[in-house]
Amino acid sequence: MIRVVLPHHLRVLAGVGKEVLLCVDGQPTQRLLLDELERAYPTLRGTLRDPSTHRRRAFVRFFACEEDLSNQPPDEPLPEAVAAGREPLHVVGAIAGG
Amino acid sequence: MTKVRVLVGTQKGGFVLSSDGRRRDWDVAGPLFGGWEVYHMAASPADPDRLYASQSTGWFGQVVQRSDDGGSTWQPVGNEFVYEGGTGTHQWYDGSPHPWEFARVWHLEASASDPDSVLAGVEDAALFRSSDGGATWSEVSALRTHESGPRWQPGAGGMAVHTVLVDPADPDRMHVAISAAGVFRTADGGSTWQPANNGLRSEFLPEPEADVGHCVHRIARHPSRPDVLFMQKHWDVMRSDDGGGTWREVSGDLPSDFGFPIAVHAHEPDTVYVVPITSDSEHYPPEGRLRVYRSRSGGVEWEPLGDGLPTVDCYVNVLREAMAIDDLDPCGVYFGTTGGQVYASADSGDHWATAAAHLPRVLSVEVQTLP
Repeated sequence: MIRVVLPHHLRVLAGVGKEVLLCVDGQPTQRLLLDELERAYPTLRGTLRDPSTHRRRAFVRFFACEEDLSNQPPDEPLPEAVAAGREPLHVVGAIAGG
Repeated sequence: MTKVRVLVGTQKGGFVLSSDGRRRDWDVAGPLFGGWEVYHMAASPADPDRLYASQSTGWFGQVVQRSDDGGSTWQPVGNEFVYEGGTGTHQWYDGSPHPWEFARVWHLEASASDPDSVLAGVEDAALFRSSDGGATWSEVSALRTHESGPRWQPGAGGMAVHTVLVDPADPDRMHVAISAAGVFRTADGGSTWQPANNGLRSEFLPEPEADVGHCVHRIARHPSRPDVLFMQKHWDVMRSDDGGGTWREVSGDLPSDFGFPIAVHAHEPDTVYVVPITSDSEHYPPEGRLRVYRSRSGGVEWEPLGDGLPTVDCYVNVLREAMAIDDLDPCGVYFGTTGGQVYASADSGDHWATAAAHLPRVLSVEVQTLP
């Protein structure tokens, strides 16, 4: 299971705790993980990425394993530690967003 | 016993103020959607328990919330606002072409007859419609694709459809106001739109009396007289007696004709309220003294209403969506400030009292009267 840590406002919106567990078929990528997140929690659709273009919102960042993955190509494999569930993917609101 | 519910949208959440028909003592509930900007909360005239709210943030975009129980519980509904067809460009702040980009919902206008039917005025300026309680939205695209669209430009707050007036006798007849494009009207439910800005003059335009480009801050009317419109423009308070065909200035003896909201009395179609603000860059009341001005003659002659409002050292603003009027007799008048106060008058503006203080910056105020 892949662990995703959500920021406060999205936890409230989705009605979940700090961390959600998701299962992605095949090689996990950012795109597949976000697809699964939105499928499991439809109220999050449109909050992380544009619902039409799937482009990441400018003030949303993705961190994992002490690296900023925000600008990695969405079809690139996630780090092995994230795919294996040892490390979570952190969804973070950028400092400038509020 | 009659109850009054005031829906207050603020920069950091929504609040619901409740009172009885006397409108003296207020219960403040909230924040709803804490931490999110709530540009507008709107109630369905057809079902007072059906409420809609627009919440957004710079981080996570737009969410539309719906309540079916008068605000006790809420559920997120649809948040997909997709412009129909090619988006084209409007003018950017520097005058260069800029593609239309959806930012947020500024205004929700619930149908008078169907609780599931609601219009949304959005930034970048466009009109959307939902007929399923907000679950899905489709654009009324003829407005945005009007041939003048490339000449529209953002005001200081963005480029948005912020006012939607639907004729209560004929819902196919609508007026919308856009900053900074002006007023547009339709008589066919939104299939075609015409600019309705004849008589407006804006010195910031290269052609001051152009057909579009005016920064209209708010328009209002009494439901019994759909062709009589009142406008608070960037500068100037205006009036039209022919449904927006022509406008004339009725600023008269106001201390400043700059301001944002304008509202019409519930039972007196020629009684109008504005809140004068010093200037386009000094967004606070003249002399640091907060006063509503009321005209009982449809404009030109105005009287200050300040009993109960701050008389010194007041430097707040009142935004365009932040004034509302209930339909009790005498009607109540409500407005919220950028300093987080909500003021209420239970006697048509003669006397004022604080209904809530210390809220976040107030973006919008709506009111419901409940049986």
